[in-house]
Amino acid sequence: MSIPNKPPAIGGFIPRDRSWQPDALTPGYKTSVKRSPQAALLSFPTTLSEETSPILGHQMLGELDNDLIHNFAQPGESAIGPRIVVHGRVLDENGRGIPNTLVEFWQANAGGRYRHKKETYLAALDPNFGGCGRTITGEDGSYEFRTIMPGPYPWPNGMNDWRPAHIHFSIFGHGFAQRLITQMYFQGDPLIPLCPIVGVLKSQEAIDALTAPLDMNRTVPMDSLAYKFDMVLRGRRQTYFENRKEGM
Amino acid sequence: MTQPLKYLKESPSQTAGPYVHIGCTPNFTGIEIYGGDLGTSMKRGPVKGQEITIKGTVFDGMGAALKDAMVEIWQPDAAGLFPSANETRGQADPNFTGWGRSPGDMDTGEFIFETVKPGAVPWPDGRMQAPHITAWVVARGINIGLHTRIYFEDEAEANAADPILTRLEHQSRVPTLLAKSEGDNVYRFDVWLQGPNETIFFDI
Repeated sequence: MSIPNKPPAIGGFIPRDRSWQPDALTPGYKTSVKRSPQAALLSFPTTLSEETSPILGHQMLGELDNDLIHNFAQPGESAIGPRIVVHGRVLDENGRGIPNTLVEFWQANAGGRYRHKKETYLAALDPNFGGCGRTITGEDGSYEFRTIMPGPYPWPNGMNDWRPAHIHFSIFGHGFAQRLITQMYFQGDPLIPLCPIVGVLKSQEAIDALTAPLDMNRTVPMDSLAYKFDMVLRGRRQTYFENRKEGM
Repeated sequence: MTQPLKYLKESPSQTAGPYVHIGCTPNFTGIEIYGGDLGTSMKRGPVKGQEITIKGTVFDGMGAALKDAMVEIWQPDAAGLFPSANETRGQADPNFTGWGRSPGDMDTGEFIFETVKPGAVPWPDGRMQAPHITAWVVARGINIGLHTRIYFEDEAEANAADPILTRLEHQSRVPTLLAKSEGDNVYRFDVWLQGPNETIFFDI
């Protein structure tokens, strides 16, 4: 096989590093015990089914979709809580920004209460806070939204377990193999090392990867603090030696 | 010492938690926003091919139905073309999105997708794979989203030649990947997270 003098072709996705990602069975997080597969996962290289993904574009976004302070509030009112901006980039493992991909986020209100009928925590609901938002990344993979600082809350696991303040994220990428849900934590939160869900992460490096630093450069003076949170999705291999037919 | 490779690590996954529906299907939870939930309909108009319904329930290791799961499916159209920016082989059915998202029924947990039977898609070496749908399951207690595939029991000939189904060591587990016809273009595909009928999940 000759090596053509042109940029390398795009191959399949780089295999997921299962030694880095949390295991399915993590007894400290009790619900995982009966919800974790016990057989080995079946590994095979990605195919078109995993290298393609749905088209979810900018045209579907509403003006307030990335403003949780106002997207559920009555006209002229706003959600209660410390005002923050959360921003960052969605990157692949090769360090490239992932443009035009849907990012969804959801969180508890400033008192640690979710707007959900199965939620039983006694903290008050905020009538002006729904708790969800979404945006689509820009050409460099950047995203930004405005919200209030979510509160910590207790949850039934051990007798006295508390979730650190966190925001949930759902990200698509450009191949279904990249599909990911994760959570963002806040710098300096003393509950982070105590949480059994954080505890499924296998290293301090992994916890750090989900902990957003305060970013004074992106604060809005007299308005909002800011936190920076980059997310990394799987990358694709690049190779001259791709044993595939053209277009596959 | 060597030069550093400088690749980034994939963000660690965390559970979708009990309130994934607030973020992904807020209207289902009563938060009226966005003009509707994404992935509720996979059709924008009349679609080509055999229209089918896929129903199923996600069960835990005790046989209890999950009522806080979210299931997504991704598939090509009836001709085997993906409605994706990465599809280079042709133009997929413009009325078909290929992607569905279901929060499951609030009381029973049963998920339902109104879709079309997918066409076959090639394996990287050019052999055809049996028609299949990619499925992804997240829920409280699931630390990293579970990938599996929905094949069809009534595609016996294609299944018998499929590169994945034929190389499974435990052939007795293949039926966990097969949607079973209940007649009238309705198929059932239950997901068992654990236990003797544990669904085959993919590291892909």
